[in-house]
Amino acid sequence: MNNQDTMPKKNLLSFQLNLKDFEKATDDEKLQQVRMSESTTFFKDGMRRLRKNKIAMASLSIIILIALIVTFVPMVYPYTYEQQLGVAQGKRIDKTYNNLAPFEYGETELERIANGEKIFPHIFGTDASGRDYAIRVIYGGRISLLVGFFAAIIVLIIGIVYGSIAGYFGGRVDLFMMRIVDIIYSLPDMLMIILFSVVLKQTLTPAIEGTTLAKMGTDMISIFIVFAILYWVGMARLVRGQILSIKQQEYVLAARSLGAKPRRIIQKHLLPNCMSVIIISTALQIPSAIFTESYLSFLGLGVSIPMPSLGSLASDALAGIYTYPYRLIIPAISIWLIVLSFNLLGDGLRDAFDPKLKK
Amino acid sequence: MSSKLALYICKRLVLAVITIFLIITITFFAMHSIPGNPFLKEKAPSAAVTAALEAKYGLDKPLSQQYTTYLKDVLKFDFGPSIKQRGRNVSTIIMNGFKVSAKLGGTAAGSAIVLGLIFGSIAAVFHNKVIDKVIMFISTAMVAMPSFIIATLVLLIFCVNLKLFPANGNEPGGLVLPIISLALYPMSYIIRLTRSSMLDVLGQDYIRTARAKGVKPPKVLFKHALRNAVIPVVTYAGPMIAYIITGSLVVEKILAVPGLGKEFISSIVNRDYTMIMGTTIFLAALIVIMMLITDILYKVFDPRIDLS
Repeated sequence: MNNQDTMPKKNLLSFQLNLKDFEKATDDEKLQQVRMSESTTFFKDGMRRLRKNKIAMASLSIIILIALIVTFVPMVYPYTYEQQLGVAQGKRIDKTYNNLAPFEYGETELERIANGEKIFPHIFGTDASGRDYAIRVIYGGRISLLVGFFAAIIVLIIGIVYGSIAGYFGGRVDLFMMRIVDIIYSLPDMLMIILFSVVLKQTLTPAIEGTTLAKMGTDMISIFIVFAILYWVGMARLVRGQILSIKQQEYVLAARSLGAKPRRIIQKHLLPNCMSVIIISTALQIPSAIFTESYLSFLGLGVSIPMPSLGSLASDALAGIYTYPYRLIIPAISIWLIVLSFNLLGDGLRDAFDPKLKK
Repeated sequence: MSSKLALYICKRLVLAVITIFLIITITFFAMHSIPGNPFLKEKAPSAAVTAALEAKYGLDKPLSQQYTTYLKDVLKFDFGPSIKQRGRNVSTIIMNGFKVSAKLGGTAAGSAIVLGLIFGSIAAVFHNKVIDKVIMFISTAMVAMPSFIIATLVLLIFCVNLKLFPANGNEPGGLVLPIISLALYPMSYIIRLTRSSMLDVLGQDYIRTARAKGVKPPKVLFKHALRNAVIPVVTYAGPMIAYIITGSLVVEKILAVPGLGKEFISSIVNRDYTMIMGTTIFLAALIVIMMLITDILYKVFDPRIDLS
């Protein structure tokens, strides 16, 4: 290989070629020329961009942390959300348990501590009925997150099915289906939700009495029904718009000429290509559902007593705002943190997955 | 006015009329699907009394007849008598409450737009500077706060801790806090909208041309840039009005403003059915009409928008 020495010494001014320039490249050198990056899917690419977004990742970790807390803490916590600590079988109600300040104990608990027992502290104190406030806040957070996720799933399913049918079949079907969407879209959603909640509260209560649904409360069910009736239209519009533009592509024509059924084309070819839009708007749907639930609970139309929700906790705290301001601040900050994290995560997802914004 | 625009306005008008009709229908049948009648509550009145009450409120007639009567009355802006507030008509209660609410909502919307445009422009001009970051941080935090949280926190800070304003909306200066609570969220939203559209506009060629010609920076900002940057904000006007109307329900309750929102909430608690129906229809129609106006204005302002 090294034949430089065999060559005559190069004259400084001569045009003699340097044979070294014509040597075959070694395998090492060849490898240096190859610049192959691993093939990525659209989803992986988006996730990579999302992972670089610090704000979005911080929000995601906050959401995961909150989700873990509200799922597992109630399992190991020594108190339950409905347990009135001052009330014991066959005894008079111990009023010392009501309205405890954070890290204070009731009378019997103090006795037990004096006897050397260890008592789990009431981190946020207790409420007016002597219930541990910390577990109520955690449970309220659980309700809020559950409502957010389930509402998003309901909206997702109805919106995708409706939107993809309208978009795929087009023409008169589309026109008719979209007029319905237009009308529902123009209904003022919050007022309709309040109206339906009032009505369903009255009509559903006798209908579900005694069943497992009764435990959940009519208001919860009415929230979900209302979401199923009103909130899917935004998603349906989005999906339809996407499908309308994607179905013009050649691969859809190819699939159709190969004899694929509409159902298969929608499922296999169209929907995967709308995924980015669907993910983004689902992420933004969750905080708006949490918003709505807390708003309704605040009006007294949300979850039923004694089940807490962050909205109803804030509403209850309003009565004692002068004496126990922290009871308002804790659920308020919790709602704010949850909604803020979802908003920021949604923004991050949009930046990561929306091809239009790609630089 | 082009014929295309006229056609668009006609279409939107028809849709709005259908929507309002639908709202009345939904409200009527939803409320009438509640089992029992509104008088059968704590103490059951005798059969004769119930019959007399039903006759008075027209509840003894068949539902279809009740519906057409109600529809006719609503068109005349007559929502019938209130069930719980003796001797008062729902329309009078609505009008009295609406006077207060309109003043509150109007001021809140106005200040949200003005302050939002100002802070949004400042953030865009000082893009990536400290002041931009502070404004964006605060507005992002505010957008995640429901109206009732803002109202309760405002109450806590200004009434309980600082004792600056009265907690009662009736007293002089009492409307300051409700206006703050209602305006903060839309203001933050408008700041974010203005900032991004302003950044977009400021990067365009005609702004550079204006600067190159030696136009003073404030004039470039307000005369050349803001005019185009304001268009996305116009689209938000409709949702903002809807937000302020629904937000004022809780804000008025928390801060004790004697407006329509407070009446509505208490009618829900008291199960005052005619009042719930009347207020829902009134507020919903108001939102639909406001949306209609802003949609049309938007198209008139920006001729580039595709009307199809």
